[in-house]
Amino acid sequence: MDTNETLDIKTFLDQDEKKDLLRLLTAGSVDDGKSTLIGRLLFDSKRIYEDQLSALERDSKRVGHAGDDIDYALLLDGLKAEREQGITIDVAYRYFSTNKRKFIIADTPGHEQYTRNMITGGSTANLAILLVDAQNGVITQTKRHTFLVNLLGIQHVVVAINKMDLVNYSKEVYDKIVTDYKEFITGLDIPDVNFIPMSALKGDNVVDTSKNMDWYHGECMLEFLENVHVSSDRNFDDMRYPVQFVNRPFEGFRGFASTVASGVIRQGDEVLALPSRNKSKVERIIGTHGDQEYAFPPQAITVTLEDEIDVSRGDMLVHPDNTPRADRHFEAILVWMDEEPMDPETQFYIKHTTNTTKARIDDIRYRIDVNTLEKTKVESFGLNEIGRAVITTMKPIFFDPYEKVATTGSFILIDPVTHNTSAVGMIIDKLSDSELPTRITDMDREKIKRGEALVSEQERQKRYNQKGHTLWITGLHGSGKNELAYTLEKQLFDLGATVVLMDGSTVRSGLSRELDHSPSDRAEHLRRVAHVARLLNDQGIITICSFISPDEDIRRQVKEIIGQDRMHTIYMNADIDFCRKNKPDLFEKADKGELKYMPGVDEEFQEPKQAEITMRPEENGKNPEKIIDYLNRQGIFPAE
Amino acid sequence: MDKYTLTHLRQLEAESIHIMREVAAEFENPVMLYSIGKDSSVMARLAEKAFKPGKVPFPLMHIDSTWKFSEMIKFRDSYAKKMGWDLIVHYNKEGYEKGVGPFTHGSKVHTDIMKTQALLQGLTKYGFDAAFGGARRDEEKSRAKERIFSFRDSFHQWDPKNQRPELWNIYNAKVHKGESIRVFPLSNWTELDIWQYIRLEDIPIVPLYFAKERPVVEYSGALILVDDDRMPKELADKAKMKKVRFRTLGCYPLTGAVESDADTVEKIVEEMMTVTQSERTTRVIDFDQDASMEQKKREGYF
Ligand SMILES: Nc1nc2c(ncn2[C@@H]2O[C@H](COP(=O)(O)OP(=O)(O)O)[C@@H](O)[C@H]2O)c(=O)[nH]1
Repeated sequence: MDTNETLDIKTFLDQDEKKDLLRLLTAGSVDDGKSTLIGRLLFDSKRIYEDQLSALERDSKRVGHAGDDIDYALLLDGLKAEREQGITIDVAYRYFSTNKRKFIIADTPGHEQYTRNMITGGSTANLAILLVDAQNGVITQTKRHTFLVNLLGIQHVVVAINKMDLVNYSKEVYDKIVTDYKEFITGLDIPDVNFIPMSALKGDNVVDTSKNMDWYHGECMLEFLENVHVSSDRNFDDMRYPVQFVNRPFEGFRGFASTVASGVIRQGDEVLALPSRNKSKVERIIGTHGDQEYAFPPQAITVTLEDEIDVSRGDMLVHPDNTPRADRHFEAILVWMDEEPMDPETQFYIKHTTNTTKARIDDIRYRIDVNTLEKTKVESFGLNEIGRAVITTMKPIFFDPYEKVATTGSFILIDPVTHNTSAVGMIIDKLSDSELPTRITDMDREKIKRGEALVSEQERQKRYNQKGHTLWITGLHGSGKNELAYTLEKQLFDLGATVVLMDGSTVRSGLSRELDHSPSDRAEHLRRVAHVARLLNDQGIITICSFISPDEDIRRQVKEIIGQDRMHTIYMNADIDFCRKNKPDLFEKADKGELKYMPGVDEEFQEPKQAEITMRPEENGKNPEKIIDYLNRQGIFPAE
Repeated sequence: MDKYTLTHLRQLEAESIHIMREVAAEFENPVMLYSIGKDSSVMARLAEKAFKPGKVPFPLMHIDSTWKFSEMIKFRDSYAKKMGWDLIVHYNKEGYEKGVGPFTHGSKVHTDIMKTQALLQGLTKYGFDAAFGGARRDEEKSRAKERIFSFRDSFHQWDPKNQRPELWNIYNAKVHKGESIRVFPLSNWTELDIWQYIRLEDIPIVPLYFAKERPVVEYSGALILVDDDRMPKELADKAKMKKVRFRTLGCYPLTGAVESDADTVEKIVEEMMTVTQSERTTRVIDFDQDASMEQKKREGYF
């Protein structure tokens, strides 16, 4: 007899070990019956031990709301302060199991001021239960919760139409709510939406099929949760392996440990390491119980490669024919999590996969009102606000759109001082780098008190017989702006002026040598130039800056850095044919696509709207004189 | 699609390993707190898996209240040796010399001095900036909201209002000097998951978990094992042999045994599923107020 029993439990355990895991989110307004539903799921699935129940009876008498019945909601409340307030205010995780599945419930409050909690709880969920009170139908809260669920990319939604006992288990009421909700979600992208009429209090359609609603032929809640198919929600196509930990325990072994973010990695696969772009082949995949042939998300493995290539934490292994975007500049939906509102000047830490670097928010495209979905232009975000923003990071990150690969499409922003998680983001990848605005001015830094020179501006003017101003020459490649710049420098020098000249090739070969020509790097390059010009101007020196600087917005910011009345824009207005003739090799390369980001070819050159002087290259013989004349009239050189 | 599915245990395993590697990569001086119980045994096994074929890059630390079951100490030493762990054992020397213990000082004072204080001493002494603990969220109501990365100020205190949101599997690991975190890689495991995993992986645990004839006495409404001669004689004299086992392990005078025939993992699970009494009620110290756990957490004890 004894052996028989043991056998039974063995069989039970053998089966039970094989069950899978479903993570779900519950959301509803206060008093919709969320806690009652969860309590019943936990209770009726026999996962609540007897002594928790007896403690519960004790509690019910003390602060319960449900008369003499057991108040299921009390099973759930944890922290004292919350219990006293009578509402749940954080994300609470609850666990229960049936013999088919283990369930993890992220239980979050529904109020608008808890949007961040719902985002947190939903970030790991496969499925969302949205509670609707049958007496109230689809209300603003329901819509807001649906919007958030959609934002997080949760693919399965169950609308639990609760308190059916209070509407006489009426099919009409149910049908109306279903119709209203379906109408509301047209246009949103949620692949799987279900409706269950329920009474959490009386137990109808929670764990047992209701006898009071024979018109409903669908599954009850628990059945539904046990059967819903979620494993195909994961992405098995795009292999992303963000290296988490380099394991070099002894000579001859170098393993890259991490969790597969998406796709499938196999022994023998050719892989590309980002950012180095070195290639190698997967030698071994060491899993939690020995070597394995392949691995998929969310397995935690260790990979070794055939070649000794340099890979460290934060790098990513991918298949060479399927790579993520590698960029410093992107757009994302941000959710503000911090009590402190966003300060646009903060340089945040950004943590994206296993990679941490600095980031700044360049621009807020709009804020989305979570109730009406209206978009408004704002300058900053406050707690619980959501919107679309443009972000620039210090190092490139390797990302995919969130909807394609959640792990490589999500990140957090960390406050550099308090270390709070200030915001979380989901990357959208619709616009290319060049279409995104960049910000290079930094008002905060401006406030840093500078040393006070003992030499006054007037004294410098007198010494040099000039005012420290900048002549900023903008124009296409081959427009003749450098020719102008160099002749001008020579003539000014001969006249006794103190001049420094900067142009693209000299600065790029030194000060900006790690930067490329992508718009965000170009912006950084020009920011450096602007600051050097400003330093020199402060010392009373005239600078001539000859840069293509194709972007009006960046030129405006350069002017902000150097000083509104100290920078003079000179536009070298050359026809594109003239430029092509002048620099045929460069343009030819750009035409073939060998050179990217060439203004006038694959990138726009924005003509300056407010240039102080416009010139034509055909007149370069006379142009320097015109400028010297301009400087004279303005009292810049010689100083008046 | 089936070849790409993972059982719940394998998913939990992967999640825990991810957390451990993240801490090993981001913190300078982590430690794994080892209580010698079944949860700690699972946690240690997961760490071994996370860093194999290498050695785990952080030590185990046992806070010894000096009143643990002697079988636990034996198990601890042989396990650490066999698996090649660096083992740190810390106890409150001052408390020990003053003879603090549950029989003489009561459970509250004993726990405070020999466990809470000892833990804080140990963490400070070695300057650990991250400490793994084996706590699970399903153990107790107030833990349902505990973070996986739980922040402590420079006094090791936990402020319920000052915890960071955790999204996806991205953990904010930034701390200022002196601050630290407690990390709970088993947060999402339930008691049943732990037992199933012990069975699946054949993880060694202290024999006290299995039923056996042992000398026990009734004390404060619980069955206490006569483990050494520090038990007052008049108590020890009343000892009777009973077939008992322990559902949790701690200080022997504070940990009640249950009468049981369960001498295998299977039988333990069976007993657990049919006998409806939560494991924690067998730990004497928990008969305090409801929110006592939260109070202890604020003070720095898990
Ligand atoms: N009549 C009825 N009352 C319900 C039902 N579900 C919950 N309630 C009651 O509604 C109130 C709020 O429920 P609770 O679960 O605390 O709501 P929560 O705020 O969403 O967690 C409690 O008094 C419940 O007893 C239901 O299906 N029918």
